[in-house]
Amino acid sequence: MSSIKIELRQEDVTKIKEICASFNNDPQELINVLHKCQEHFGYLPAEVQEVVSNELVVPVAKIYGVITFYSFFTMTPKGKHPVSICMGTACYVRGAEKVLDEFRKELGLQVGQTTSDGKFSLSSLRCVGACGLAPVVMVGDKTYGRVAPDDVRNILKEYE
Amino acid sequence: METVKLTIDNKVVEVPKGTTVNKAARQLGIEIPTLCYMELHDLNIENKPAGCRICVVEVQGRRNLAPSCVTKCEENMVVKTHTTRVLNARRMVMEFILSDHPKDCLICAKSGNCELQSMAHQLGIREIPGQEIASISTYRKDTSPSIIRDLDKCIMCRRCEMMCNTVQTVGALSAVNRGFMAAVAPAFEQNLEYSTCTYCGQCVAVCPTGALTEVDHTPDVLRTLADPTKTVIVQTAPAVRAALGELFGMEPGTLVTGKMVTALRALGFDYVFDTDFAADLTIMEEGTELLDRLNRHLKGDKTARLPILTSCCPGWVNFFEEYFPDLKDVPSTAKSPQQMFGAIAKTYFAEKIKVDRKDLVVVSIMPCLAKKYECQREEFSTDNNRDVDFSISTRELASFIKQANIDLNNLDDGEFDDPLGESTGAGVIFGNTGGVIEAAVRTAYELHTGKKLERPDFTELRGLEGVREATIDFNGIPLKIGIAHGLGNARKLLDDVRSGKSQYHAIEVMACPGGCIGGGGQPLHHGNSDIIKARAAAIYAEDKSKPIRKSHENPFIIKLYEEFLGKPNSEKAHHLLHTHYFDKKKKIVVKQ
Repeated sequence: MSSIKIELRQEDVTKIKEICASFNNDPQELINVLHKCQEHFGYLPAEVQEVVSNELVVPVAKIYGVITFYSFFTMTPKGKHPVSICMGTACYVRGAEKVLDEFRKELGLQVGQTTSDGKFSLSSLRCVGACGLAPVVMVGDKTYGRVAPDDVRNILKEYE
Repeated sequence: METVKLTIDNKVVEVPKGTTVNKAARQLGIEIPTLCYMELHDLNIENKPAGCRICVVEVQGRRNLAPSCVTKCEENMVVKTHTTRVLNARRMVMEFILSDHPKDCLICAKSGNCELQSMAHQLGIREIPGQEIASISTYRKDTSPSIIRDLDKCIMCRRCEMMCNTVQTVGALSAVNRGFMAAVAPAFEQNLEYSTCTYCGQCVAVCPTGALTEVDHTPDVLRTLADPTKTVIVQTAPAVRAALGELFGMEPGTLVTGKMVTALRALGFDYVFDTDFAADLTIMEEGTELLDRLNRHLKGDKTARLPILTSCCPGWVNFFEEYFPDLKDVPSTAKSPQQMFGAIAKTYFAEKIKVDRKDLVVVSIMPCLAKKYECQREEFSTDNNRDVDFSISTRELASFIKQANIDLNNLDDGEFDDPLGESTGAGVIFGNTGGVIEAAVRTAYELHTGKKLERPDFTELRGLEGVREATIDFNGIPLKIGIAHGLGNARKLLDDVRSGKSQYHAIEVMACPGGCIGGGGQPLHHGNSDIIKARAAAIYAEDKSKPIRKSHENPFIIKLYEEFLGKPNSEKAHHLLHTHYFDKKKKIVVKQ
C-alpha cells in the first residue's frame, strides 16, 4: 500500500497524543486509537502511525499490519464526501455493480481513489445492514436506498 | 502435578495437564510433521501460530481434524496421527502451499536445507494440481547489507515475526495485508534497511524456506583470492569452529579448529588468523575500561558511568542505537573483535609485511549476519578502504569449502599463523553467552587485585537462562555482573539502567539466544536446542584445552602493546581500537 508523505503540525501531534492518552496509552486499545485517529484525520498516513507507535509503545510494523488487515482503515485520504457502494450479497444481486460502474464513470475514479479536488472518494463495502433497501449507497453519513444507475447523477448533484 | 492419560497411535502416554498433543506424541517418539511450529526448549522459545495445518491429527469423537500444536491433551483422548483422512488433509494443505510457491529449488539458496522441500519429499508430493491455472503472488525482492528477503518463498509460518517481536523485541517485522497479498514485512513494506532491524539474523535462523537468507559474499572473496596483486588474510570467530562440522555430517559439538585452518589455507588465503586473538585484545581494552570506571566510581567520581556494557555484538550495538540512544555513553567504547582485528591487520600487520592497506584484503568468518553490516559502517573505513573487507557466515564458508571439493572430514589439523593467530582460552569463550564477561573477569581480577587466580573457570557466569547474575569477590569489593542473551532479555536490563534501578557494575549482552554459537549465520538448528548446547560445551572444552586461558598472558598481545600500541587505552589504542555510537532512533518530523 502506498502512502503519501506528509508533515504533521504540532497540533496534529498533540491531538494524536490526546487520543492515545484517552485510552491510557494502552497497547491493547490500538484498534480503538486508530479508529479515533482516522475519524479525526480522515485517513492514517505513516506519520500518524509513527506517533501512535511512540505513544502506545507498539512497533510501527505491527500498526501497519493492523491497518492493512482491516479494510475499514485506509492510508489514502478520503474525499470530503466519501461515496461507498454496498457490495453485500443482497445489494449485489439487486444491481449494485451497475450502480458502482455509474459512479466510476461519473467521477472518473476507481475504487479506493479520490478526485484531484479532494471532493469525492469512491469505495465499496460489505453489507451495511440495510438489505431491505438494497442496493444501498452511502455518501458520508447519509444513506440512499434502492439506488438505480439513473439516480447517480442526482445524488452527486446534492454535493456540488 | 495433575496429569492426563491418553492414547496416541495405540500407545498410552501420561503427560502433565495442559500438554499439547504434538509434545505428548514426541514423548512416544512420534514426530508429527509441521512447517510453522518450532520450539527451542532450553531457550524458552516457542512458535505456535497454528498456521500451516500440516500437523493435524484425528481425535476420536471430534468432527474436525485437530492441529496438534495447539490441541491440549485430555483424559482418555484417543489420537491417530496418520490415518488416511489425516494424510489426505496434509497432502492437500501441502499442495495449496506449493501452488503459491516458486519451483526453482535447483538454484535456491536453501536447497537441501529447506523444511518445505523436505516436507514435500516426506509427504510424497509428486504433482501440484491446478498449478497451470493458478497465478503465483509475487513481491519485490529486498536486499539489505546483511539479509535478503524473497517473499515469493514465504509460507507465512511467522517464525521470523515471533523471533523479531517476542524474543528480540526489535519489532521490525509484522504480518501485513490479507489473502494472496499477505506477507511478513517491515512497516509500510519498506526495505529492511529503513526499518528498526538490527541484522541479528534470528529471522534467517528460523526461516523454514528460502524467504530469508544472508547476502552471499563468497563470490567477492573468490575474486580477491584470484587476484595476484592482493594479499588476502582471514580471521575466524570462536563460534565457527564449534559448528562448521555440522555442515559436513559431523555430530553437533564437534570442534573442527585444525581442519578449518587447513581448509582455509587450501582455499588460498595467504594468512590464516584467529578472531580469538582480537578477542584477547578486546579484553585488554574493555577490561581496562571497566577497571578505570570502577576505580573512579569507588573514589566517588559521579561522571564514571556504571554499569559498563559490553560492545562486541553488532546486533546489540544496532539495538541500543535504535532503542536506547540516550544511553549511548554507557557501553564500552571498545570495538568488536572483528573490527579490532581489521584495524590491527591493516596497520600493524600491513607494516610488518610491507603491504599497502589497499592491497591487503581482510575476510572474516562469522557466526553472525550483523557482522556484514558492521564491517560496512563508515567509521570502520580509512580512505574508503574497509578495515574488514568482507564478512561471510559459517554457512557461506561451508558452501565455499564444498565448492572447492575439499572434504573437511579428511583434513589434517593445521595451526593458525603468527602473530594474529595466537589466542587464549579467554578469547575462545567469547562465542558463548557469559563468555565475554568471564574472559573480562579473568583479566580484570588479576590486574585489580594483583593476585593470581587459582582457577580461571567462573561457572556461575555460565548457562542458558535468558537473564543471569552473579557477584564476584574482587578483593573485598563485590563486583555485580548481569548477563543477557537475546535482545528481549537485554531490553529488561537496559530498562533498569535507564530508570536508575540497575545495581550491576558490568553487563554482558549478546543479541542471539545462546550467544554467538546460536548466531544468525550458523548452521540451521531446525528447532533443536540440543545443538546449541552441544556447541556451548565444545567452546568450553576448547578453552579448557588451551595452555593459556587469560587474555593478558597472550605473548603476542603483550608484544603488540610493546611494539605498537603502548598500553591499553593509550592514545593510539583509542584511535585504532575504540569507537563511538550514534542515535539512530527515527524522529517525528513536525511542520514549523
